[in-house]
Amino acid sequence: MVSLYARLAWTWTRAAAAYPASFALMTVLGIITTTLDVAVILIVFANTTTLAGFSRDEVLFLYGAAGVSFALCDLLVSNIDRVSQHIKAGTFDTFLIRPVSSWLQLTTDRFNPNRLGRVLQAVLVLGYAVAVLDLEGRRLWMIPVMVVTGFVIFAALWTLVGAAQFLLTDAPELGNAFTYGGQQLTQYPLAVYARDLVKGVTYVLPMAFVNWQPGLYVLGRDDPFGTPEFMRFLGPAAALALVLAAGLAWRQGIRHYRSTGS
Amino acid sequence: MIELDRAGRSFKVRRSLVHAVRDLSFTIAPGEFVGYLGPNGAGKSTTIKMLCGILTPTSGTVRVAGLEPSRRRTTLARRIGVVFGQRTTLWWDLPLADSFELIRHLYKVDRNTFRTRLDELTTTLDLGSFIRTPVRQLSLGQRMRGDLAAALLHAPDVLVLDEPTIGLDVVSKAGIRDFLKRLNAERGTTVLLTTHDLGDIERLCRRVMLIDHGQLAFDGTLGDLMATAPDQSDIEEVVSRLYTGSGTA
Amino acid sequence: MFGVLRAYILIALWQARPGLAGYDIADAITYCFVTQAFIAPMQLFGGGLAIPERIRSGDIALDLVRPAPLQAWSFAEDVGRASYLFLVRGIPPMLVGAAVFGVVVPGDPGRWAAFMAGFALAVVVSFGWRYLIALSVCWLIDDRGVAVLSMVLTTFFSGMMLPLHIFPGWLADVARSLPWAAMVQLPTDLYLGKAAVMETLAFQAFWATVLLVLGALATRAIRHKVVIQGG
Ligand SMILES: Nc1ncnc2c1ncn2[C@@H]1O[C@H](COP(=O)(O)OP(=O)(O)OP(=O)(O)O)[C@@H](O)[C@H]1O
Ligand SMILES: [Mg+2]
Repeated sequence: MVSLYARLAWTWTRAAAAYPASFALMTVLGIITTTLDVAVILIVFANTTTLAGFSRDEVLFLYGAAGVSFALCDLLVSNIDRVSQHIKAGTFDTFLIRPVSSWLQLTTDRFNPNRLGRVLQAVLVLGYAVAVLDLEGRRLWMIPVMVVTGFVIFAALWTLVGAAQFLLTDAPELGNAFTYGGQQLTQYPLAVYARDLVKGVTYVLPMAFVNWQPGLYVLGRDDPFGTPEFMRFLGPAAALALVLAAGLAWRQGIRHYRSTGS
Repeated sequence: MIELDRAGRSFKVRRSLVHAVRDLSFTIAPGEFVGYLGPNGAGKSTTIKMLCGILTPTSGTVRVAGLEPSRRRTTLARRIGVVFGQRTTLWWDLPLADSFELIRHLYKVDRNTFRTRLDELTTTLDLGSFIRTPVRQLSLGQRMRGDLAAALLHAPDVLVLDEPTIGLDVVSKAGIRDFLKRLNAERGTTVLLTTHDLGDIERLCRRVMLIDHGQLAFDGTLGDLMATAPDQSDIEEVVSRLYTGSGTA
Repeated sequence: MFGVLRAYILIALWQARPGLAGYDIADAITYCFVTQAFIAPMQLFGGGLAIPERIRSGDIALDLVRPAPLQAWSFAEDVGRASYLFLVRGIPPMLVGAAVFGVVVPGDPGRWAAFMAGFALAVVVSFGWRYLIALSVCWLIDDRGVAVLSMVLTTFFSGMMLPLHIFPGWLADVARSLPWAAMVQLPTDLYLGKAAVMETLAFQAFWATVLLVLGALATRAIRHKVVIQGG
C-alpha cells in the first residue's frame, strides 16, 4: 500500500514538475501562509507573557506539534476533499474500476509536493519549542506518538469530510469548517476555549487528542479543566475509533454513490 | 461469466423514484460476444456500471466472474476491463505512456508481461505515434484506442464497452471492430458492447440483447432479431420497430 | 467557526491584559464579530470577481468592447453582491456573536452613520484591490499564487487576524497606513467609536481613490494588450 501510494504520488509529482515556477511559488506561499499563523502567536505574546496560563514557548510547542500533523495530512491526504468535484465532473467512476482502494487513489490524486514547505515550517517551530522548553527527558517519547496520532486524527477527519461529500455534493465547503477549523482550534491551548467546546472536542470529535492531552503530558502540566491523568494517553485509542468511523463512512459513501446520468 | 438475477437500480430524483433498470435477468457465457442495444435512457450504462461495481444494485443480484461486483470491486477489477466511450478512464494530465505505466503498478502486472502486451497493443491499435502525448491533447479516436489498450493491459477475462465507437470516423471504427473481433476470437475474451451504431452489431455480435425502460425486450441471435420483422431486411428498421413497439409496453 | 475560535483567543488575551489598545473585553469581542461580518461582503479571502476566468477563456475581449466600462460594470456587480452578502452572510455571525458572547451595539445614530460610511468606503477599497489582483492574471501565468498572496496580505494587514493596534511598534504604524487597514480595522473602529471620524473616512477615501485610479490605468493597459494581440 505504501509503495503504491509512493508510485501514484511520484507520477503526479512528475506531472507537477512540468511547471517548476508555479511549484516554487506555491511552496513559498505555503510557507508564508503558515508563518503568518506563527506571527499572530508572536504578536499576541508581544502583548502578554501568558495566555490562559501558557507561555509563548508552550504555545509554540502545541502549535508546532499540531502543525506537523496537519501539514503532513494536508500533503498526503487532503486531496480526498475533491470527492464532490470529481462527482460533478463525472470523473469519479474511474476510481472505482481500478483494483486499488478508491481512498488511496483519491488521496494521491493530483498529489503536489509543494505542501512539503509547510511541514518543514511546522517541524522548525516544534524543534525550536522543544529545544528552549527544558522538557523532562522521560516525557519526550510522547512527542512522536502525538504527531502520529494527530496525523491519523486529521486523516480520519478529512476522510469523513470526503465521505460526507457523497451526500452533500453541492456544498463541499461545509467540510472545511471541520478540517481547517480543526487546524485552527489546535493552534492554541484548549484552555482558552469554553468548557463545553472543549468537552465537545474531547468526547465527540476527539481533536483534543491531537496535541492538547498528550501535550499536557509532555509539558508536565495539569489540565486546567481537571481531566484525569490517564486521558493524556488515550490519543491512539481515540484516533483508532475515529479511523473506524471514517472507514465506515467512506464505505457507505461509495455504496450510495450514484454516478452521473451519461 | 456474467449473471444478472432480477437486478434493479433506481435513483431518487427529487422525491420520485426513477427505475433505470428493473428486474433484469440474463446470463452471458464465457467467450460470448454480446451486443447490448436500447434507446437513449433505456438503462444500458446503468447496467454496465452495476457490472463493474460502480453502482450498487438496489434490488436483485449481479455476478461477474463469480463475484458480486459492489462487494468485491477491487478483486473483480483485475478480471474485468471497462471502456466508457463518452469519458476517458485515463489520467487527463499524464502522457499515455505514463498512464500505462501507472496501470501496470495498479494491476500489479509484472514488467516483462507488461512489455509484451503493450508492444502487441501498440502495434494492433497503432498507438506508437502519440504514446508520449498527454491525454488531454489526443484526438477522440486516439484517446479511444488509448482507453482500449488501458482496459486490456491486465488481460481481463471480460471486457465491457459502453459506446466505444461513438464519434469515430469509418476507418477508426473499422480498426476497433477488427481489433475487438480478434480479441474475442483469439483470446476468448467475453465482450459486452453497447452501441447506437448498428454496424457494430452486424459485424461483431452473434447475440443481441435489447433493453427498454430498464427491462429486457429481446434476447437472441442476430438472425432471431431480423426474424422479428420478416418484411424488413434493414437492421435499422428492425431495431427501430422494436424500440417504438416495446416503448408503449 | 473561525470567528468563534478567534473570539476566545482575543478574550484570553484581554483577560491577561485588560484595556489593551484602548479596548475592553466587550470591545474586543465586538471587534471579532464585526470583522467576521466583513468577510463575505468584502471577499476578504479572495475571489468574487469573474475577471480572471474571463481572461483565461478570452471572453474578456467581449467585455472590453461593451459600452459600459469594465471597471464601472464590475464595480456595480461587486457592490450588488456585497450588499446581498452583508445581509445573508454578514448579519448572522453578528447575531451569533451577540447571542453567545454579547456584543456592543452603539446607541448613538451618529456612530452608526459613521460606521455605514466607513463600511461603504471599505467595500470600495476592497473592490479596488481585488480588481487589480484580478487584472494581474493578464500579465502573470500563475494567478493562483497571486490569489493566495493577496489573501495572506489582506487577512493579516487588514486586522482580520488581530487588531492592528496590538502589533508591536513600527509594524503597527506600517500596517495602519496600508490600504488593507481601510478594509477592516478602520470601519470597526468607527463602529466601536475608537477613531476620529473625519480623519478615518478621509484616509479610506484616499486609498479608495488611489486603487480605483490604478484600476483604471490597468484597464487601459489591458485593453491595449488585448487589442494588440487581437483578443
Ligand atoms: N446518476 C443518476 N441519477 C439519476 N438518474 C439517473 C442516473 N443515471 C442514470 N439515470 C437515469 O436512468 C435512466 C437510464 O440511464 P442510462 O444512462 O443507463 O441510459 P442509457 O441506456 O445508457 O442511455 P444512452 O443511450 O442515452 O446512453 C435514465 O432515465 C437516466 O435519466
Ligand atoms: Mg449510456
